[in-house]
Amino acid sequence: MIALPIIEQVVNEPSLRIDPALTARWLEAFLRDEMLERRGLGRAVIGLSGGIDSALVAYLCARALGPKNVYAIRMPYKSSSASSLSDAQRVVDALGINCETIEITGAVDGYLAHAPDADARRKGNVMARMRMVVLFDQSARYNALPVGTGNKTERLMGYFTWHADDTPPVNPIGDLFKTQVWELARHLGVPVEIIDKPPSADLEANQTDESDLGVTYAHADRILNLILLGYKDEAIVLRGFEPAEVKLVRRRVDGTHWKRHLPTTALVSGTAINEFYLRPVDY
Amino acid sequence: MQAALVQFKPRKGDVAANLAAIGDVFAQLAPTDTELIVFPEAALTGYFLEGAVYELAFDAATVAQRIDAQWRATGATRAVDVVAGFYENADGTFHNSAIDVRCGEPGGPRIVHVHRKMFLPTYGVFDEERFLTRGRRLSTFETPFGRTAILICEDAWHAIMPTVAALKGARLLIVPSASPGRGLGGDGELESNTRWKAILSSAASEHGVYVLYAGLTGFEGGKGMSGGTSAFSPRGELLQSAPPLDACILRVRLDPDEVDLARATIPLLGDLSAVLPDLWFDPDIPVAHRVEERT
Repeated sequence: MIALPIIEQVVNEPSLRIDPALTARWLEAFLRDEMLERRGLGRAVIGLSGGIDSALVAYLCARALGPKNVYAIRMPYKSSSASSLSDAQRVVDALGINCETIEITGAVDGYLAHAPDADARRKGNVMARMRMVVLFDQSARYNALPVGTGNKTERLMGYFTWHADDTPPVNPIGDLFKTQVWELARHLGVPVEIIDKPPSADLEANQTDESDLGVTYAHADRILNLILLGYKDEAIVLRGFEPAEVKLVRRRVDGTHWKRHLPTTALVSGTAINEFYLRPVDY
Repeated sequence: MQAALVQFKPRKGDVAANLAAIGDVFAQLAPTDTELIVFPEAALTGYFLEGAVYELAFDAATVAQRIDAQWRATGATRAVDVVAGFYENADGTFHNSAIDVRCGEPGGPRIVHVHRKMFLPTYGVFDEERFLTRGRRLSTFETPFGRTAILICEDAWHAIMPTVAALKGARLLIVPSASPGRGLGGDGELESNTRWKAILSSAASEHGVYVLYAGLTGFEGGKGMSGGTSAFSPRGELLQSAPPLDACILRVRLDPDEVDLARATIPLLGDLSAVLPDLWFDPDIPVAHRVEERT
């Protein structure tokens, strides 16, 4: 008997690959349409942290609007790491965008003097919200629009301060997973020091995202993608993940749906806004 | 016959501005030999309107008059067929429709046909059936090219629609569309546009019809309309296509002989006509039961 070769199916997994050139063109067109054409605002204000997300957004805005129309604001708190400031400077120097440093220590500590029991989490939230106060005020000063820098991974994991990092009215990278942010940043020439350093919210000393989250971005992104596509936990584990990390990621997504919505409003009429009275954001 | 497909970028809800932009396109094309001009789905208003659709829907006669007025404003002394997508108010019933209006005729505009979208996507990012009523009939009509049918966006995703149109005599399919682009993993092309091109090419080659696709472009609240305006020969070949993000005009020449040749070389449509009764009246197909129940 001749034994025929048996070719087994390989377990497939939807790809997270992006064509970075196409992605850049798409997001730049998004910025021009949503800012210039729709709102008549051709200037962007970006909180430049020294991390990869805001660096990438600065590159996209500079390409879409011109570097002279991009206003980077560095907003250190006294405990922020010095490398955050210098990494932000690399972006400013590479792009030739405007940059200003506005310390938030005085404002944050002014409030915290009334909240002596605030733990690290509360302090971090106060810093994040203070940075939004600054960004919106600076945008009024420059007749500009604050541009958001939250990525899809942190939005899905709820790893952000509600009504702070998620507040700017336009966000070009909110539908890109973190690993896709890295890929696009490499393509656009974001300085390698920024791409290669461990991502950190820099709200506490030696903090890193991946230790906060308990899972690597490389795994979290693939697991999140499968969850969003409707795969059950067993089907995700079959694709090479630990059951514990799959559970962890799903728990974070399921516990934070509220963070991806506007406040819950009691519906009492047949004209409730966004329930019965429905108009698109660009109408 | 020379056709022009307009990859169009409307201003959301600004009907006057969009009509003026249609007039600008007419001014460009009036001096040419273009006999058919195709605009995308929802060209008068933009696609995503939600409840504002009731503020921006018009009866077909009004749309015909306004488009005809733009054509006449160019000073053109000849007639032209214009296909354009719009939200239709038909005595208080609202549809996602596309009109074929003959502009520039001495007696005023002539409504050649109005197709009401039959497949209203209501899933994921789409919410059409929440606001609109679906059309109930797929008809063919005469254009300068010959027998023609209009399929709006998802209409064309169902293989049976080009099939029915071709069986009803269509030699040209016009597909006005508004497709939010998604999938950035392709090589230089949105995955949603790659899928569109496969569907359109397949419809063209299976039935031996020209397929003309006109797509909206521009961002609507973060959703980028993916353009992808393109034309396919009756053999399924891509004749011309537009990039996703820019407004532009594609001009293509349609030759009736190409339809005859494609059908003679691969007579799938003729074969289908012969076999269709066996398929259609197969009692195992749910639709056959429904047909019997109705008779």
